[in-house]
Amino acid sequence: MNLFQIALKNMRQRGVASWLTMISVALGVALMVGVLVLHQIVGKQFSQSGSGYNLIIGPAGSPTQLVLAAVYRMENSISNMPWRYFQKWANDPRVELAIPLCFGDATEQGDFPVIGTMPQYFKLPYARNPKPQPFRVQGDFLRGSWDAVIGSEVARRNGWTIGSQFQLVHGGARGVDAHVHDEKFTVKGILASTGTPNDRTVFVHIDGFFMLAGHENPLAEAIKKEALYFKEPEAELFKKYEKELENERREQAALKLNPKHAAHAVPDLSKEVSAILIDTKGEEGDQLTRANFALSIETELNEEGIAMAVNPVQVMEKIMRLFVGNVQLAFLCLTGLIVAVSGIGIFVSIYNSMNERRREIAIMRALGAQRRTVSLMILCETLLLCLGGGVLGLLLGHGLVFIASPIIEARSGLLIDPRAFSPWEAIVLPITLGLAALSGLIPSITAYRTDVAETLAQ
Amino acid sequence: MSLELKNVRKSYSLPDGSRLPILGISSFELKTGEQVALIGSSGGGKTTLLNSIAGITTIDEGAIRVDGTDITKLNEPTRDRFRAQRIGIVFQTFHLLPAFTALENVLLGMSFSGRANRTRAKELLDRVGLGQRLNHRPPMLSVGEQQRVAVARSLANSPKLMLADEPTASVDQANQSKILELIRDACRENKISLLLVTHAPEVAAAFDRVETLSQFNQPAL
Repeated sequence: MNLFQIALKNMRQRGVASWLTMISVALGVALMVGVLVLHQIVGKQFSQSGSGYNLIIGPAGSPTQLVLAAVYRMENSISNMPWRYFQKWANDPRVELAIPLCFGDATEQGDFPVIGTMPQYFKLPYARNPKPQPFRVQGDFLRGSWDAVIGSEVARRNGWTIGSQFQLVHGGARGVDAHVHDEKFTVKGILASTGTPNDRTVFVHIDGFFMLAGHENPLAEAIKKEALYFKEPEAELFKKYEKELENERREQAALKLNPKHAAHAVPDLSKEVSAILIDTKGEEGDQLTRANFALSIETELNEEGIAMAVNPVQVMEKIMRLFVGNVQLAFLCLTGLIVAVSGIGIFVSIYNSMNERRREIAIMRALGAQRRTVSLMILCETLLLCLGGGVLGLLLGHGLVFIASPIIEARSGLLIDPRAFSPWEAIVLPITLGLAALSGLIPSITAYRTDVAETLAQ
Repeated sequence: MSLELKNVRKSYSLPDGSRLPILGISSFELKTGEQVALIGSSGGGKTTLLNSIAGITTIDEGAIRVDGTDITKLNEPTRDRFRAQRIGIVFQTFHLLPAFTALENVLLGMSFSGRANRTRAKELLDRVGLGQRLNHRPPMLSVGEQQRVAVARSLANSPKLMLADEPTASVDQANQSKILELIRDACRENKISLLLVTHAPEVAAAFDRVETLSQFNQPAL
């Protein structure tokens, strides 16, 4: 019989105490694994998403809100910008590609965020690290006005396939004037999993999005906004758009006679976008040129003060540092404490059993076991307890992530892969074994010092 | 010669700093295969003597030779290994490990000598009449059966010397003679020298050589 077999026998002898000790270790390790996996997933999401572009332009306001809305689809738009403003940036010589984003609606089924955008959105890689990752699609990207491309998670959760039709809820299910649009979009493509918020997003063609009733801005308001964004006199603009205003008046009169919402062509003046993704010019790998262009646009917009341009990476780093990082640090500290408490639990359990097992140690010593042998036997027992607890904790931790992922996703919008592993998990078992060695040290010294004759005489 | 004690002295420290002499043996010998019953009063040093011979307790001075080796000259790990390989011990209260089956208790004794042999362990348990109870743990065995497991364990490493500390004191009358016969027969069959400590005259009467500890142990001198 080797030391491990003897230690296993001793553990079985103290079945309840051994199981309780193992469970306390398992709970500590499970929490540690949960925090590490979530840390890994959240960190990856906040560093990878939106890496295909280097600027986001939106109405002046909170950069964090803009990034959370445009990249993570967790917030609604601050306000909207005129379509002409998007066109201005699309034609800017510093800009390689400008993609308009319209958001605010959600799917009727599953409440997934809907983005109205152009087919070019899928030309940008969804991530750049370590190399550009292009979107892959089953089916087709956006072509017709009523086409939709859905993320892998949307397809999985809603059970949608190519050809499925769906309707949008205006302003999302929690919107103030939420109502279901009559028009239906058809799924033309399903994106391969990206591990980013794109997986739980529904992309519809921007033309279709504009044609939905209620998505157009009344002309008078649109003219005022244009005047603001382009610093042009309102009166001149009202004069310029006299024809469009007249058309609108006629439409309004017709609508009073037949008050039925219907999809209809929208003049450019009434179109609005929530955000514009900008990929500045520069050869692949020429980060300096890209960064310089981005910086000049950022400076220019910030001086104007009507719109803002934000570097999504900087904002994401800030979110990571200020919010996610601190929460995770708190969780890691808490987990460290739990693991330490587990270690103390092992020590107390083994140490308390030393009184009763002193006799057993003395018998073994009388049978010829060396001091070192009985000492190692105790250490083996703590190692086995911790190893058992550690393995149990790893399984439990991943089980928790598996169970919690849809709940977290539904509540926070963060996409959690239930099968995700963190490379840091590799250190969990060594830490646990180190803890075992530490907590088994004093009991093993006690075993080493057991006086055979005196103990057997008792 | 299987066991030879020369000028053995052993004393214990008292709380007041003085020393209490327990053993003072100028000479004691046990020939190979010889069986001796040792009688002594309670507190007379019987257990200390057995522990000293087994190398569990170290003596203050003198020599204890077991199978030609002076165990007082050995360092502790070597002495432990020597005890595991050459000396069999049967305790009054058996000292079986409750977590282990009968077979495992015998194997455990072998493990510490580095000679674990499952077949031999089974043979020994069969020899003591427990061939059908190999996988029973001590709480599932009767007192007599427990002591027979302890005897099988003491024989596990083919010792040269068997030390038995009142092996029949905890068993009932009916089992006393059976246990005693078992130990004596096993020692006879394997040419093992036996030093059996007892306070029961009827147990000592079965031996050809009976020694009274107080006659050769003079701790005060």
